[in-house]
Amino acid sequence: MMSTVLLDTLHQGVAALGAGVAALGAGVGIGRIGGSALESIARQPEAINDIRSNMILAAALVEGAVFFAMVVALLVVFK
Amino acid sequence: MPSKIKYFSNRITSVVLLAGLLLFSSPVALAYEPSSEIAVEDTLKTDAVGGGEHEKDGKFNAGELILEHIGDSHQWHLWGDHGHSVHIPLPVILYTDKGLEIFSSSHLEHHDELYTGKHYKYRLSHEHIEVIDEAGMINEKATKAIIDLSITKNVVSLLFGAALMLFIFISVAKAYTTRQGKAPKGLQSFIEPIILFVRDDIAKTSIGPKYEKFMPYLLTVFFFIFINNLLGMIPIPFLPTGTNLTGNIAICAVLAAFTFVIILVISNKHYWRHIFAMPGVPLPILIILTPIEILGLFLRPFVLMIRLFANITAGHIIALAFFSLIFIFGEKSAGAGYGVATVSVAFTIFMGMMELLVAFLQAYVFTLLSAIYFGSAMEESHSEEHH
Repeated sequence: MMSTVLLDTLHQGVAALGAGVAALGAGVGIGRIGGSALESIARQPEAINDIRSNMILAAALVEGAVFFAMVVALLVVFK
Repeated sequence: MPSKIKYFSNRITSVVLLAGLLLFSSPVALAYEPSSEIAVEDTLKTDAVGGGEHEKDGKFNAGELILEHIGDSHQWHLWGDHGHSVHIPLPVILYTDKGLEIFSSSHLEHHDELYTGKHYKYRLSHEHIEVIDEAGMINEKATKAIIDLSITKNVVSLLFGAALMLFIFISVAKAYTTRQGKAPKGLQSFIEPIILFVRDDIAKTSIGPKYEKFMPYLLTVFFFIFINNLLGMIPIPFLPTGTNLTGNIAICAVLAAFTFVIILVISNKHYWRHIFAMPGVPLPILIILTPIEILGLFLRPFVLMIRLFANITAGHIIALAFFSLIFIFGEKSAGAGYGVATVSVAFTIFMGMMELLVAFLQAYVFTLLSAIYFGSAMEESHSEEHH
């Protein structure tokens, strides 16, 4: 009984940690996308529309990877 | 918890299970949103102190409040606390194994209240209808067989959104026939640039020359998500808005399923060849690549669903978490409550502005990704001829 409670807490902790690491990865990824987009807009201001839509698309794809991590974290909690 | 999860599994689709997991996992559901860290900590604390929803000692329970808001409900809550709240009961429509059953949810609004219908006795437990037998126990078999088609809060909100969209687009379409050759006016001049944006920036660039037959779907899905996202952010009194409609996983699942079905219908030989046997790739690599490609086929709509769901739900959770902070501190002392309220309201306004962007962005991303998938499904084999 005690061990199951402990295991549940452990699962929740690990899942939360996993979600946190995923958020960290997304932060780095989206940060890089935003940074590069700014740089390229500064170089070529006339291409701002193309750059913006591609930036949003790339950010959405990064986000998708994080959602996988999130779903996995949820599955760990409710295995 | 297991009984709740089991209970969920008899809902129409298995995707609802995922929603259930999210809804019943307040710590995780709250924890994945980095920008509400402070709020999350406090919500978790009150959860621990309050001991969940069973302890009703007048203490404010932020977790319960948030979950109640982002979930669906059989009644449309206007204001007030439990017991003496003002709400509009909505119809309950059940398809049981013995036949159809329609009654008002006002018969079930009190805790443990039983309603004797035509076929069974019913009870509402955590927004799920349970069948109670003569001995007062839950009739598991009949409960499982129920298909709940009730007009819930989300359904009312959905119908309202649909009516609003019909009004907007019928009047705009009329304006184009009556004002032919003239400059757009009123609502028309608001909608036209958005439609042109969807056509030029989303459809034309991602699908190519055959973009025209996808415009109805892309525009519908864009405006459906956009308008319902906005409606979800504004709690207008006496109108069914402010619900977490586009943050409901069933809605997101249906939208993603539409995109998936369209991809399957329009896809050509070239598309399937790239999935099952990528041209120019040696066999040993194909053994690894093909399963990944097949998985990717299903993952794409799945991520479309999760993205919309998570973004919108997170937005609602943030707003509520900030407001909950006021009451958490207000319980300790009135002064602290007022102090936190100023900060909290300012932050909510800030996050609200962010959510305005997110409301548009999620509609844009969903439509753009759908268009890109359509484009790739219809792509002709240009590269192969050059090889």
